[in-house]
Amino acid sequence: MERKFERLQEIIESHQGKVAHLIAILQEVQEEYRYLPEEVLTYIATAMKVSPATVYGVATFYAQFSLIPKGKYVIRVCDGTACHVRGSEPIHFALRENLGLTGGESTTGDMQFTVETVSCLGACGLAPVVVINGDEVHGQTTPESIVGAIKRIVSLEKQGESKSPSETGCCQNA
Amino acid sequence: MSSNGKLIIDGREIDIQGEKNLLEIIRRAGINLPTFCYHSELSIYGACRLCLVETDKMGLVAACSTPPQEGMVIRTNTLRTRRLRKMVIELLLANHERECTTCSRSGRCKLQLLAHQLGVKEVRFGKRDKKVPLDLTSPSIVRDPNKCILCGDCVRMCKEVQGLGIWDFAHRGSKTVVTTAFDKELSDVACVNCGQCVSVCPTGALTVKSEIDKVWNAIHDPDKIVVAQIAPAVRVALGEEFGLNAGEDVTGKIVAGLKLIGVGRVFDTLFTADMTTIEEANELLVRLEKNENLPIFTSCCPAWVKYCEQFHADLLPNVSSCRSPQQMFGSVVKKYYAKKLNKRPEDVFVLSIMPCVAKKFEAQRPEFTTGGVPDVDAVLTTVEIAQMFKEASIDFTALPNKAFDNPLGVGSGAALIFGASGGVMESVVRYVSGLTGGDEVGRIDFLPVRGMEGIKKAYVKAGGKILKLAVVNGLANTEKLISMLKSGEASFDAIEVMSCPGGCVGGGGQPEVNDTVARTRRAGEIYEMDRVQQLHKPQDNYFVVKAFEEWFGGVNNHETHHALHTTYVPRRRINGKPFIMNDSQSQRLQVSVCLGTGCYLRGAYDVIKEFNDLAENRGIAGQIEINGTFCLEKCDNGVSVNVNDEIITGVSPENAGEIFINKISPLVDKNLR
Ligand code: SF4
Ligand code: SF4
Ligand code: FES
Repeated sequence: MERKFERLQEIIESHQGKVAHLIAILQEVQEEYRYLPEEVLTYIATAMKVSPATVYGVATFYAQFSLIPKGKYVIRVCDGTACHVRGSEPIHFALRENLGLTGGESTTGDMQFTVETVSCLGACGLAPVVVINGDEVHGQTTPESIVGAIKRIVSLEKQGESKSPSETGCCQNA
Repeated sequence: MSSNGKLIIDGREIDIQGEKNLLEIIRRAGINLPTFCYHSELSIYGACRLCLVETDKMGLVAACSTPPQEGMVIRTNTLRTRRLRKMVIELLLANHERECTTCSRSGRCKLQLLAHQLGVKEVRFGKRDKKVPLDLTSPSIVRDPNKCILCGDCVRMCKEVQGLGIWDFAHRGSKTVVTTAFDKELSDVACVNCGQCVSVCPTGALTVKSEIDKVWNAIHDPDKIVVAQIAPAVRVALGEEFGLNAGEDVTGKIVAGLKLIGVGRVFDTLFTADMTTIEEANELLVRLEKNENLPIFTSCCPAWVKYCEQFHADLLPNVSSCRSPQQMFGSVVKKYYAKKLNKRPEDVFVLSIMPCVAKKFEAQRPEFTTGGVPDVDAVLTTVEIAQMFKEASIDFTALPNKAFDNPLGVGSGAALIFGASGGVMESVVRYVSGLTGGDEVGRIDFLPVRGMEGIKKAYVKAGGKILKLAVVNGLANTEKLISMLKSGEASFDAIEVMSCPGGCVGGGGQPEVNDTVARTRRAGEIYEMDRVQQLHKPQDNYFVVKAFEEWFGGVNNHETHHALHTTYVPRRRINGKPFIMNDSQSQRLQVSVCLGTGCYLRGAYDVIKEFNDLAENRGIAGQIEINGTFCLEKCDNGVSVNVNDEIITGVSPENAGEIFINKISPLVDKNLR
């Protein structure tokens, strides 16, 4: 039986519940749950004896934290100056179009893909850069190449041979 | 650094008198530098940049966050400082909804005031383009995010003084907002409605929820009679709204003003404050005799009561069951006085005039009704009643003094001091001393519980015993005291809690400026009024003694418990959804373990672990679904567990195994069959 709460408690304990470690704790917790659900943030606030509003404030301050569930594949398009100049915008656009994301949406309805932009991944030599699930780096991408990469993931998923996402625990409907 | 010495402010030599920052010295020197984010009672934030001054060595600095140094040369009034101050206001106004004339803060808004004072004639920057909805869910407070200037005053007030931290900054950059946890509505978070954040908010972003129109309607309704009660702390503060000094006694003028606008009977909350003391002191004496539910906590402060319900449900049996004076008043008017008037409870409109914003919440609690109608129909703050007088064009300072109506218009000095921190305790001491010492007991002035200090401790001899008493104000202080109590570091027999600093004189509904100076003056006048009051102890109030006899046939009995006492409910801090811990959607036995604060602290997590292990050991893990859930509102009694919609309380890590085997596991077998 999976016990996510145990992990949450372990994480808090490994930091001795120190408020100064709040950001680190949130990071680890997000790795565990892939996002920061309201209930988990409330739990953290209670366990650390700070107000839920404070934890919410920290969680919304940093772009790396997400309070809504993300897809199984999180695609980050770098939009730092170098990438921007070399055409990150059309790449971002192509991705969203290919995945059918509209308006303010960043995650596909089937919870498979999340597309977001980040400011500078520090790999400007490879611009424009796209990173999938934090470890799969695509350099010198074009709209075509990145759409190709997505197609590959989709077909692997269909064959059931997808590599499991780097984070444990996975999303709720996996 | 702040060693005494001298510095130069605008060419004048000024002594440093131990001040921690330049701002305090500059203000002492007669220059009232404008500020948004500085409050002497809160930590220093240094964000609004209004207090900028030029110094010889450091250039431009924020006076509020710069320590004074010997020999410093400071200029407050230069081209640069004036230009910058104006610009700060302009920038704030650019992002602020500027519907000033209809804003409830208009006329007392600091932003409006400073724009005028600093000569801002145009706003050169863009206009706020989007309007976000107001939060009207709280019975006490209205939040209008469109008017927030992000000064952070409310954030620090709620965190530092009340220890609650309801507000905080969220998001970043141009998207920054001050909001609640998860941007929830105020009624969905642990706010206790004390109104202290409203007190410090410089703009119309946080305001008191007005009930003025409701009261006008009742006054103009020919079928209704409006019966008013006035709390002690109001009479020493209301004058401030009309330019009088803090602490001026305007009791008689308030009575006169109320009659003038058409209030039918004007009574005094002091009457039921005397009843409160008598009931509560008797409750204490019984508990002392039985040695149970000690220490007793006072229950007059509705913000404290809600706080206790949310965070210390295990202490609820210790909270006095007495209703607050406001609610006792509502109850006796609707149950007894209405009959005297030959009226039905719904035709008597009870108007409360309070220094307090949480009283609005209290009046709406479902427990406080008679014949299906609320005991208190409307609660107006000191500021709101002043507003009514203004709406009626009453020249308040010119009003003659009028006396309260009878019989509910008489109160002792002991009731009067309810308005200051320590007053309820002193009143109890007076009553008990009178009771045990008889007639020869003269005046009892119990000085150790008086004053603005956050936590006060005192001892008193009563019936051969020494009672240990504590008086706290501010919920952060209260939390400190409770943790001392729970850790065994301290023990008491009785504890008075008031949520607002200094007690009700510092309530969230009091006029601005509501700082320590104003509070001390108001409390000072209350004690002065008490000093000249003939009726000293509650039992000296003949009308109250008679009312107890007539209506209830005595004190602290079945009748009084029906009309003057109440019960409490554990409450959740935040309205959360259950937290799913495993991925099953099947029809398995649902077991949810409460992870609310109380249960968390009593080892809810260990209970879950124990349940999970046992489920696995007994091979029924597949038939059972164990969840964590956020607060089942049964917080008084160990960890609570919900099994198929039935709540088992009193679970602990120690008895978890037993409970699982006896109460949960058999249900699985039943499910299987
Ligand atoms: S009313 Fe009191 S408890 Fe509520 S947010 Fe304001 S300061 Fe905090
Ligand atoms: S709500 Fe008022 S006190 Fe709080 S940050 Fe905004 S303007 Fe300041
Ligand atoms: S008062 Fe100094 S920065 Fe706001």
